[in-house]
Amino acid sequence: MTSAEDYRFLADMLARHSGIFLGDGKEYLLESRLMPIAEQFDLPDLPALVQRLRQGAGAVLVQATVEAMTTQETLFFRDATPFKALREMILPALVPSRRTQGRRLRIWSAACSTGQEPYSVAMLLATLAPPLGPAEAEIVATDYSPKALARAREGLYSQFEVQRGLPAHLLVRFFTQTPGGFRIAEPLRRWVSYQEHNLLQSASALGQFDVILCRNVLIYFDRPVKRSVFECLTQALAPDGYLLLGAAETPYGVTESLVRAPDPCACPGVYVRNGGRARPAVATVAAMASPQRVAASR
Amino acid sequence: MHRILVVDDSAAIRKAIRRIVEPLGFAVEEAADGRQALTYCAEWGKADVVLLDIDMPVMDGLAFLRELRSLPGIPQPAVIMCTAHNGLPCIEEALALGANEYIMKPFDTEIISSKFQQLGLM
Repeated sequence: MTSAEDYRFLADMLARHSGIFLGDGKEYLLESRLMPIAEQFDLPDLPALVQRLRQGAGAVLVQATVEAMTTQETLFFRDATPFKALREMILPALVPSRRTQGRRLRIWSAACSTGQEPYSVAMLLATLAPPLGPAEAEIVATDYSPKALARAREGLYSQFEVQRGLPAHLLVRFFTQTPGGFRIAEPLRRWVSYQEHNLLQSASALGQFDVILCRNVLIYFDRPVKRSVFECLTQALAPDGYLLLGAAETPYGVTESLVRAPDPCACPGVYVRNGGRARPAVATVAAMASPQRVAASR
Repeated sequence: MHRILVVDDSAAIRKAIRRIVEPLGFAVEEAADGRQALTYCAEWGKADVVLLDIDMPVMDGLAFLRELRSLPGIPQPAVIMCTAHNGLPCIEEALALGANEYIMKPFDTEIISSKFQQLGLM
């Protein structure tokens, strides 16, 4: 059981190190997340962990505690579905048509936070067979927070961050190790172009996009705001483009300008312009290199 | 229910892993070194996934992995390294030896469940 005093101490530490406020009544969260940390450091319970932290624990224990308390919202390859949709349905449909038109594919990671989503897209493109590079695809990433964008541009992630969602073979292939953490490889870092942008404002300055990822941000808006964001996104979407939303997000009941994509690979969360020209492909072309699914057969 | 073999010479680490994976629906077996783990896999062959430390007495994790992957005729479990070795060359070596994933200590619940998801175990 966490005492009120220990709870306050942990909440203060979290706020100090990550800027995140824990709020009241999250004792259950601390128990489930911090006990494994305590055990790894040979501490019998949470009071012992707090005591060690109060006595001035090493940086590793402090970071492990803070990271474990943080609700992780910015994973690499967050949710398998949109990346499956991109790989198996959207890119096989769009890549040949953009090649024919002699222009680059344009992908927008809207609300990219600290960069995990656009870099995941870049890694996905780079591991297709054959791979796509900056000559074939442009990746634009925006966020309203200059602080998040600065981190995204830096492309430097902690040991914890690179283990959430990122397969080890991609870590080895696309990151270098520095004393400050793991840095995304320079070609990928330069591939993503970051800009400050507020989703509540028109995106016309950014141009038109073939794929827009706007995931897990609309849930925070009320209906009228959602509606205006959807309008902005729709205007920025090519007539045959695709909008990828988070699992809990839908335009239905908010706007009629978007409809669910015809769904040959059963990926939910993929939308197209109502009356648009999107023709998703049935998965054939590009398989991402060694996703290593090894679910046991027994 | 998937069966997980936790191989670590530290009882505290084995307990920490058990606390995380049992609520995820895994049945947990434990081994304190690579030799015990190899006996388990060769004679019982029941593990769907092995969570594997590197530095251990008797037989270290990489030696276990090498032997496991060359054992003929046994069902090959997925292997997730779980170690304090956090250098990219070490990760590369483990993957080359047949590890499916790699966890750098200290870990938390999110990291372990993220790796299980990547391997289709959840």
